[in-house]
Amino acid sequence: MAKTHVTCTINGEETEFLCDPNQTVLDVLRDDLGLTGSKEGCGSGDCGACSITVDGRLTCSCLMLGPEAEGKSIGTIEGVATGDHLHPVQSQFLKHAALQCGFCTPGLIVATKALLEKHPNPTDEEARYWLAGNLCRCTGYDKILAAVHAAAAEMRGESA
Amino acid sequence: MYSPTYAAPTTVDEAVGLLANASGSARVLSGGTDLIIQMRSGRLRPQTIVDIKNIAGTIGIREEADGWHVGAATPGAEIGENAGLCAAWPGVTEAVQLIGSTQVQGRASFAGNLCNASPAGDSVPGLVAAGAKAVIAGKNGKRTIPVEQVPVSPGRTSLAADEFIYEFIIPKSSGKTADAYLRFIPRTEMDIAVVGCGVCVTLDNNGVCTAAKVSLGAVAPTVLVVDAAAKALIGNKLDDATLAKLDAAAQAACNPISDKRGTIEFRTKVAGVLARRTAAIAFSRAAAR
Ligand SMILES: Cc1cc2nc3c(=O)[nH]c(=O)nc-3n(C[C@H](O)[C@H](O)[C@H](O)COP(=O)(O)OP(=O)(O)OC[C@H]3O[C@@H](n4cnc5c(N)ncnc54)[C@H](O)[C@@H]3O)c2cc1C
Ligand code: FES
Ligand code: FES
Repeated sequence: MAKTHVTCTINGEETEFLCDPNQTVLDVLRDDLGLTGSKEGCGSGDCGACSITVDGRLTCSCLMLGPEAEGKSIGTIEGVATGDHLHPVQSQFLKHAALQCGFCTPGLIVATKALLEKHPNPTDEEARYWLAGNLCRCTGYDKILAAVHAAAAEMRGESA
Repeated sequence: MYSPTYAAPTTVDEAVGLLANASGSARVLSGGTDLIIQMRSGRLRPQTIVDIKNIAGTIGIREEADGWHVGAATPGAEIGENAGLCAAWPGVTEAVQLIGSTQVQGRASFAGNLCNASPAGDSVPGLVAAGAKAVIAGKNGKRTIPVEQVPVSPGRTSLAADEFIYEFIIPKSSGKTADAYLRFIPRTEMDIAVVGCGVCVTLDNNGVCTAAKVSLGAVAPTVLVVDAAAKALIGNKLDDATLAKLDAAAQAACNPISDKRGTIEFRTKVAGVLARRTAAIAFSRAAAR
C-alpha cells in the first residue's frame, strides 16, 4: 500500500517520514523515529502516557493519524529539556519524587508544561482537572501535584 | 493488512468528490477521538479517510449577522477559548468542554460528537436546545438542517454518503435568553453521560418564560426534543408547580436502555431531576441578562 510522505517539525527540527495512513503519530514517533519517550498505555485516549503538543495544543498522539502531522509543529517529551539542562517541571518531578515506575511521567511532564504555559498559577482544582487525562497507577497523585505547584512557582520566578 | 487511503482536501468540492467517488466505505475525519479508536479496535475499517480540517471554515468561530458560525471540526479547547461564544451560549460551550480530558479537548469536535451518533454525546442536547443548525455540504451544494435531524439511530446519521457537516450555525442570543447543560455521571470527569439535559429559555421582565426548548440525551436511541417539557415552562415562572410538571414531562419522554451505567428506572428518574436543575440554571442566567 502506498505510504504517505509527511513533513513536519518535531521539537523544533524539520522532520520527514513515510507512514501508513493507519499508523498513529505515536506509532511513527516510537517505531519509525526512535522517539520512545512517549508511551502507549491504552491506545484509546484514556491514559495520557502518549501526550504531545500539536501547534502548542495538548493532544494524545495515539488519537492522531501520522498523515495528519503534515505541516504541524509537534512537541514531545524529548524536546522538554534543553540539552542537559532539565526543564523546571522535570527537575521538580525528580525533587518531589513524583514518580515510581515512570511510565506515566513523560505524558505528565508534557501535560504539566502545557498547563503552566497557559495557567502560570493554577489552583489545585485547575491542575487536577487539567491532568485528569493522565493516569498514574503508582503515586496516588499527591506528589505529582506537589511537583506541579513547585514547578509553577519556579517558572513564575518565585524561590521554591 | 488493513491500510486505508488518507486524503486531506482543501476545498469543499474536493471533499465531496472524494466521498462520492470512494470505492468502498469512506469516513470523514475531524478530531479522530472516536473514529481512530473504532479503526484501531477493528469496529470500523473505512477504505478512505477524508480529513476535512484543511478546508477553510472547518476550524474556527465567526460571529455573523445570522449567528455564530462554528467550523465543524473546531476542537473543544478552541471553543472554550472564545469568550464571546462562551458568554452568549454558556450551556453549549460548557457541554462540549465536558468531553474527555484536556488532551481529548485538543481534538474533539461538535461534528464528530454529533456524527458518531452515540445517544450520549454530551454536546448534542446543548446544541439542540440552543436551536443550532448543521450546514451540510454534498454533491448538490449546501443544505442547512436542525441539529436534531442529523442522528437517526445509534451510530447512524441522516447524511448521504457524499455529505459532510461543514459548520454549525448557533443563533445569536438576544434579550433574556440563556441556556444550560448538565449531565449525570458516576465520576467527576472522564465518563459517559447516564443522562444529559440541555435547556434554553427566554424570559420576560417579570421572570415569566416566553419561549423554551428542552433536550435530553442518553435516554433514547437519539437525542430527544421534549416539547411537553418546554410547554411546562412556557407561560410560567420557575416555581414548584412548574418544576414538578417539567420533571414529569421529562420522565415521560424517556425511552432508555439499562446498562452498566444505569437502569431504565434510574435513567428515567435522573432525567426528571436533571431537567429541574438545568432549567434552574438557564432561568437564573436568563434573568440576569
Ligand atoms: C478519553 C475519551 C473520553 C471521551 N469522553 C467523552 C465525553 O465525556 N462525552 C462525549 O460525548 N464524548 C466523549 N468522547 C468521545 C469523543 O471524544 C467525542 O464524541 C468527540 O466529540 C468526537 O469528535 P471528533 O472530532 O474527535 O470525531 P471523529 O472521531 O473525527 O469522528 C466521529 C464520527 O463522526 C464522523 N464525522 C466527523 N466529522 C464529521 C463531519 N464534519 N461530517 C460528517 N461526519 C463527521 C466520523 O466519520 C466518525 O464516524 C471521549 C473520547 C475519548 C477518547
Ligand atoms: S496511549 Fe494515548 S491516551 Fe493512552
Ligand atoms: S509512576 Fe507508575 S504509572 Fe505513574
